[in-house]
Amino acid sequence: MNTVVCMKQVPDTETLIKINAEGTGIVTEGVKWVMGPYDEYGVEEALQQKEKFKAGKVTIVSLGPDRAIEAIRTGLAMGADTAVHINDAAFYEKADPYATASALAAAIKDLEYDVIFCGKQAIDDDSGQVPAILGELLGLPVITQVIKLEVADDKSKATVTREVEGGHAIIDVPLPAILTAQKGLNEPRYASLPGIMKAKKKPVDVKTVADLGVSVEPMTVIKEMSLPPARQAGKIIEGEDAAEKAKALAKALHEEAKLI
Amino acid sequence: MYDEYFGQSHIMLRESVRKFIAKEIAPYVDEWEEEETFPRELYKKAGNAGFLGLGFPEEYGGSPCDIFHEVAYTEEIMRCGSVGLASSLGCNAIAVPPILAVGTKEQKQKYVPPVLAGDMIAVLGVTEPSGGSDVANLLTRAVRKGNKYIVNGSKTFITSGTRADYVTTAVRTGGPGHKGISLLIIEKGTPGFSVSKKIKKMGWLASDTGELFFEDCEVPVENLVGQENQGFYAIMLNFQKERLYLAVEAHAVAEIALEESIKYARQRNAFGRPLVGFQVTRHKLAEMATLVEASKQFDYRVAAKISNGQDAFKDVCMAKNFATTACDKVVYDAVQIHGGYGYCREYMVERLYRDSRLFSIGGGTYEIMNEIISKQMKL
Repeated sequence: MNTVVCMKQVPDTETLIKINAEGTGIVTEGVKWVMGPYDEYGVEEALQQKEKFKAGKVTIVSLGPDRAIEAIRTGLAMGADTAVHINDAAFYEKADPYATASALAAAIKDLEYDVIFCGKQAIDDDSGQVPAILGELLGLPVITQVIKLEVADDKSKATVTREVEGGHAIIDVPLPAILTAQKGLNEPRYASLPGIMKAKKKPVDVKTVADLGVSVEPMTVIKEMSLPPARQAGKIIEGEDAAEKAKALAKALHEEAKLI
Repeated sequence: MYDEYFGQSHIMLRESVRKFIAKEIAPYVDEWEEEETFPRELYKKAGNAGFLGLGFPEEYGGSPCDIFHEVAYTEEIMRCGSVGLASSLGCNAIAVPPILAVGTKEQKQKYVPPVLAGDMIAVLGVTEPSGGSDVANLLTRAVRKGNKYIVNGSKTFITSGTRADYVTTAVRTGGPGHKGISLLIIEKGTPGFSVSKKIKKMGWLASDTGELFFEDCEVPVENLVGQENQGFYAIMLNFQKERLYLAVEAHAVAEIALEESIKYARQRNAFGRPLVGFQVTRHKLAEMATLVEASKQFDYRVAAKISNGQDAFKDVCMAKNFATTACDKVVYDAVQIHGGYGYCREYMVERLYRDSRLFSIGGGTYEIMNEIISKQMKL
């Protein structure tokens, strides 16, 4: 089974995020970058499907600046076969989900695939739109938040379990299709040393947006970014006994917090 | 940093180990330390990730690599914060090499792949209650009787000993001294082989350390590793690497203790300012950092020499003594900086302080290292 995995390199969740001086993005210096955790489920699922069918190719497609090659190499070290790196810093800088999906679609359209995996969202800007726009551009069905996948032996369709509020939905979808990976889909493997060594020799096709013939402008622009307000210090309710404290608490909730 | 030793593949390996720790160890390590064990399945997980096979031949399920991959793995796995766990998980690194060095093809095929895959636990059994460093005078005796060796004696301080599937055991088959020692693979369940107790220790709590007993234990002769009475050399072959790892573990632990101390000194206030606001703290941290750096550079240099095939027999003993002494000083100061909290279980430096005490005892004591160094100096 052939698969494509869309992958974005994102800041590690443990990195301390700071807003840049212009207020339009984050300070990228000193940030530790990793493969998007939901994309990682996508890579793992692609590898497991390939192992199950004992045939096929896993291709990683990533849009990002030079540094993105590190996350691409990690995917190759996990076991992916090839990668397309759309390395175009100027485009990437201002790309919104539409522009990103347009670039990915252009890179993917000539590849062979039965399934395109995406993470359910990148954990940096959290827009979650790219898979849906990609589906529109490539004319493919999109199933989001997938936690289980069973592909028919003839690869004509798949039975997919997705998470919905308070339960699961089981869906049949014709292939090819775009599936977005949710936590629980699998347990991603660790890149082993043999995998790491092999990854060095695996082909990475580096392309600019111009190479791909994409000439779209972003539809949206980030005007301002801000950090959440710092948490206020807690308040200790004073009082002689429990009854008095309860009364003071009720008063504070009503008058200060305006919750009751 | 240290680009001459570590490249992209080393960085990626470190990343895999960090992920492994974050997911498989860090959430549970405090509990395992309290319980004085860790789940056996962690061997399987580490095997699946390829960590147990680092440096071993591909045909037995290993991943050949350069010495700095092993150094990088050793440094990173220490970041789980429990030296005992890391060491217990890595016990195969001393049990398997003698088999690969002098064992038969059948022995290698039977006893190596399952260990590197994490399905079997292999340990090395050398130390005896009557003496540790004095390997040449060990007492456990094996007498050949037909197609069996009858083994009598005991072993102690055996890392992962209570749940080992087999023990690469040093026994006396010949006369006194190092020329009478052989190696036998003794499997769990062999009649006459028993684990007498799990030893209670100062540190390395998550690691099970066992005392093993052999009473008329019948071991098939095909379990003899290498030639009879040549076992001492097979043990010696791996000493160089074992000492290097201990030195690396010591500088890695010292570095973690330093990082923890810097973190604490920045956030802890005393007399109206953070501890780093006091020159006495800053200088202490500067000295700790200097010791860590010197140990690291020394250890890397020795690793590079071993990797180049240069003689590093004396160097590795010096590196071990230097790094373990530096580590002793650094973890002492780390606890001092943490004050009362440094004496409490919830702070990592408390464990590092206890766990690191073994570095100058295990794998050849500080004194034995000095003995070897002084002999090399032809004093």
